[in-house]
Amino acid sequence: MSTLTQDQVAELAEYLETCELEAKDAQKVTDRYPDMDFEDAYAVQYAIRQRKLDRGTRMAGLKVGLTSRAKMKQMGVETPIYGFLADYFDRPDGGDIETDQLIHPKVEAEIAFVTKAPLKGPGVQVGSVLAATDFVLPAVEIIDSRYENFRFDLVSVIADNASSSRYVLGTQVARPQDIDMRHLGVVMERNGEIVELGAGAAVLGHPAASVALLANMLGQRGEEIPAGTLILTGGVTAAVTVNQGDNVNVRIQDLGSVGMRFV
Amino acid sequence: MNEQRIQELGDDLYAALRGKQMIDPLTEREPEMTIEDAYHVSLRMVQRRVDDGERIIGKKIGVTSKAVQNMLNVHQPDFGYLTDRMVYGDGEEMPISEQLIQPRAEGEIAFILKDDLEGPGVTNADVLAATEAVMPCFEIVDSRIRDWKIKIQDTVADNASCGLFVLGSQAVSPRDVDLSTVGMVVEKNGEIISTGAGAAALGSPVNCVAWLANTLGRFGIPLKAGEVILSGSLVPLEPIKAGDFMRVGIGGIGSASVRFV
Repeated sequence: MSTLTQDQVAELAEYLETCELEAKDAQKVTDRYPDMDFEDAYAVQYAIRQRKLDRGTRMAGLKVGLTSRAKMKQMGVETPIYGFLADYFDRPDGGDIETDQLIHPKVEAEIAFVTKAPLKGPGVQVGSVLAATDFVLPAVEIIDSRYENFRFDLVSVIADNASSSRYVLGTQVARPQDIDMRHLGVVMERNGEIVELGAGAAVLGHPAASVALLANMLGQRGEEIPAGTLILTGGVTAAVTVNQGDNVNVRIQDLGSVGMRFV
Repeated sequence: MNEQRIQELGDDLYAALRGKQMIDPLTEREPEMTIEDAYHVSLRMVQRRVDDGERIIGKKIGVTSKAVQNMLNVHQPDFGYLTDRMVYGDGEEMPISEQLIQPRAEGEIAFILKDDLEGPGVTNADVLAATEAVMPCFEIVDSRIRDWKIKIQDTVADNASCGLFVLGSQAVSPRDVDLSTVGMVVEKNGEIISTGAGAAALGSPVNCVAWLANTLGRFGIPLKAGEVILSGSLVPLEPIKAGDFMRVGIGGIGSASVRFV
């Protein structure tokens, strides 16, 4: 059930997108509309996406967030959330991330999928995801909630495109049948010091389960994940705060490494 | 500490182990005890076990994670001795209620040596060349010290809080895996409770074994061909009780499981 009018959705989309583009703190949208629900929140997110498309921005892929049990418990939710990746979020491996374009960035190590066949829920499961996967590769997502001090509720964060801001992909890929994604080890270093460690199972038991969930959530809207889609499946590690001058490097078992500098 | 005092404390720990009785921290009774004193106490405790007919089959390395080093306010690992009475097979029942006091489980990588390693001067290359295989492992640590109120000297004296351990049924050459990035998934009663990676132990489990070989080398003690070396936990310690079932899976290495009774 949505509670917002089209005008209210458009107003919130303009507000949140302006905060993103100008790197300004936003007020929680639920402060203004306390009765907003998930449907409203995704309506705002899709309106932000449409604003970008109308300006000629292209979509680069999708992301799933809140995929760890710890985070879901912390937020009091049962299911993960999703957002979109725009073309200008992309930064090359070893490249620079301009911190003056962001508010208070954090980094998460993830396993990214690229599909070779469409996936349409309901009924998508780990097996269908692996069959539809072209390859996987290492990724670091830079999340940047527009809300002050990362203080938000689930509805507000969905409206804010699940805190998406930048991402960096590694360049070593693997076919899903050649690696054991559940046990894939992940080591994150900031300025040479190990700050986070984990294994693939931290993402819903298996990163492919995250893609299945995404396909099933989109299926409820009648949408599919097209062939050739990049999907960030959610943090294997907790999110780590980064500042200007930091250098982040992530090593993933059998998938090489990916790194970036915050300038 | 004089020899008599070292023997007394070692005997107290041995009695606590056999009688399943917790004792007060040794550092409360002997505030001046050094880490070297503590190793002498641990040797006495182990000698009592050997006198009972137990055979030393390897060593364990502890205090390898940043979190535990910060908790104990030290910047080096410690070690203890493994005996034949401590080891269990993959999937076996482990009688913790009969043998242990306040057990906690750790997921680790075990090294099986094919050549001796004697420090100083042992490098990671030497460790890899001397290792026949690495295996998945659960170490069940236990403290004879009341409520785990340990300082570094307490745990060193108490055989590095060693209890029992389980080896998996797969072994792979260390040449076939990157031990720094291997992932670990630990399940308890079917639920994933933690994940980690090799780098959690001093940056790499290989660094831990090199540290041990070099530390023991200063006393002229080699790591011997055939010995089992437990290289340190890659995940947080998990308290366990009879009835629990646990499984650890390590990417590229295999898995080990254990039922606690």
